[in-house]
Amino acid sequence: MRKRVGILTMGGLLAVGLGMAMPAAARDLTVVSWGGNYQDAQREIFFKPYAEKTGKPLLDESWDGGIGVLQAKVKAGNPNWDAVQVEVEELALGCADGLYETIDWSKLPDKGKFIPTAVGDCGVGAIVWSTAIAYDSDKIADGPKSWADFWDVQKFPGKRSLRKGPKYTLEFALMADGVAPAEVYDVLATPEGVDRAFKKLDELKANIVWWESGAQPLQFLASGEVAMASAYNGRITGINRTENRHFKVVWPGSIYAVDSWVILKDAENKDAALDFIAFASQPENQAKLPGYVAYGLTNTDAAGLVPAEFKADLPTEPANMEQALSLDVDFWIDNSEALTQRFNAWLAQ
Amino acid sequence: MSEATARTRLGALGLVAPLVLFLALFFAWPLVSVLKESVSDPVGLRAFPATAEAALGWDRQSEPPIAMKQAFVEDLRAIDDQQLLGDAVRRLNSAQNGFRTLMSKTVRAAQEQSGPLDLVAVDKRWADVRFWRAVANSTYPYTDRNLLAALDYQRDAAGKVVALPAEASANTAILIRTLWIGAVVTIACALIGLPYAMLAASLTGWKRQLLLGAVLLPLWTSLLVRTAAWFILLQEKGLINDTLIGLGLIDGPLPLIFNRLGVVIAMTHVLLPFMVLPIYSVLLAIPKNLMPAAASLGAPPWRAFLRVLLPLSLRGVVSGSLLVFMTAIGYYITPALIGGAQDQMISSVIAFYALGSANWGMAGALGAILLVATLALYAVYGRLSSDRAGSL
Repeated sequence: MRKRVGILTMGGLLAVGLGMAMPAAARDLTVVSWGGNYQDAQREIFFKPYAEKTGKPLLDESWDGGIGVLQAKVKAGNPNWDAVQVEVEELALGCADGLYETIDWSKLPDKGKFIPTAVGDCGVGAIVWSTAIAYDSDKIADGPKSWADFWDVQKFPGKRSLRKGPKYTLEFALMADGVAPAEVYDVLATPEGVDRAFKKLDELKANIVWWESGAQPLQFLASGEVAMASAYNGRITGINRTENRHFKVVWPGSIYAVDSWVILKDAENKDAALDFIAFASQPENQAKLPGYVAYGLTNTDAAGLVPAEFKADLPTEPANMEQALSLDVDFWIDNSEALTQRFNAWLAQ
Repeated sequence: MSEATARTRLGALGLVAPLVLFLALFFAWPLVSVLKESVSDPVGLRAFPATAEAALGWDRQSEPPIAMKQAFVEDLRAIDDQQLLGDAVRRLNSAQNGFRTLMSKTVRAAQEQSGPLDLVAVDKRWADVRFWRAVANSTYPYTDRNLLAALDYQRDAAGKVVALPAEASANTAILIRTLWIGAVVTIACALIGLPYAMLAASLTGWKRQLLLGAVLLPLWTSLLVRTAAWFILLQEKGLINDTLIGLGLIDGPLPLIFNRLGVVIAMTHVLLPFMVLPIYSVLLAIPKNLMPAAASLGAPPWRAFLRVLLPLSLRGVVSGSLLVFMTAIGYYITPALIGGAQDQMISSVIAFYALGSANWGMAGALGAILLVATLALYAVYGRLSSDRAGSL
């Protein structure tokens, strides 16, 4: 009898222990990106060819951003992701916090061939992308030209959609209030500037439908739920190509930023991850991207290889950049938490 | 106690051991660590030990002493754990925005130069006493900052608890809204669920199976799918509005989505099984001959219902309401997809702190407040329902 009890207890302990034990088998290289038609394109031009080249499987997952997600994975030890595509803010925060491996640039294409913002200690720039006004030219023939038009519900009736959060939204509000793109961050750095942005947002608040994931604004536009939305430029041209829509991008007042590849600290496949990033940074591989999604390229050699028909849609095209604004990372890593708190409070009122 | 009973006891203990272990590991431990996370604040002390000591003699109002400033520089030079430094910077930036860029500048300067360092020359923000106060305050191992902030309060320069400005924080309003939406959904579920369960219990054969299946089927479908389905139905050019306009009943589309109405409709549908099933099981246990007995004593059907069936089924309503309410206040996806900005619940704020800004202290504090509010309501509820049971 005693023996049986012992076995039962042991069995119970063993079951609990087994449930908690980490899988011992080696994990496949796991690459994480932003989902949607962008990741579909990456799968075709980077993930599948790389897996074929190395003869090893490659897992791809998607995420919606957030430094907390990466921090939790690294702090817990043995993160289950290897290479992750991050926004500038996560790159800066995570690099300062030691969440990423240092990039060995000797394994990558020549540093000098990259645009300056794409070269970092912890990250390799993957794309230049832009957030801009999108509208359906089938529904609005003479479309909006600026953020002031976006705010003008008399001239352009209908709801608007903006990304839920202070980043981008406050910049757009200031531009709608007449601040020149080049001065937006100077104004926003003062408390009066922040008040001014929120006051401008008050005007439009009742007409805004907030979006959280990049596919939503296009869905809203397609269903006619909203008349205009802020959206990622690559998704706008993407939906035009795949679903034969006639959505337009308004380049003046758009905000562009670089997304980078990083490798999580102490990731199991960190060497393979670096090798993958090198593969995805080769000019001949990068140059295939604009054929699928209209994002700008970070390798200047690649930019030269892009066919002319796709060039006009890229954020890196000089005509598109003329009145565009570069996202100020330093401003947002300092102020993101306080402004998000205020933004949430403003939303709740 | 004989050896045999001792052995049986041991055997029983052995049998429940897996359960106890499971509860301790996956229920008690996470709960305790969340609560601890909300008040413990060890990063500052670990990162700046010398500063902590030097800050003891400082009144936190006047210019900080030179010794403290130099101790801080020495601490910065001594840190070799980058993740610890990162945590400390996040902690400081959360108390006083601007620390992110300030610290990366200062750390670089401290490591490049040796000897005393003129911090104000590195960045003029070091002349601002608020930044020094944040440094000094971060060196206590425990803090009530997160719990206060979760209720829209803070400590001012003198250490007194004061309300945060209304435009800076709205956690209390969101918490009250969360409880309110939970209550409205619970009432809606009870109003639909009770008649539905009564109907199902009164039928037999395939009709009963059909009714129960209609409730159970959604339960087997993913929450996300059900929410997306409601999105398609409720939107401005969606099925409901198109049908109503097509029938000529309304001129323009009804505002069904991105507002409170949409959230309540979708959440009621999603949570209805949790109301119907407990009531149904209680109804099945009620003897079938009670209603005929009431009728034979001269009670008209409505009276028999009010005096016999309804009181007996209330037990099911109570447990169903509890299930629905507890689940409802934790909702996140449905309000995010169907609701407007004014319909977001406390989970979305917790998610922002946990995932977006990696401020686990704040996420833990909001979680703790939600837990306390729920437990308090549960206690009130338990008192009320036992009183009611006694009076019947």
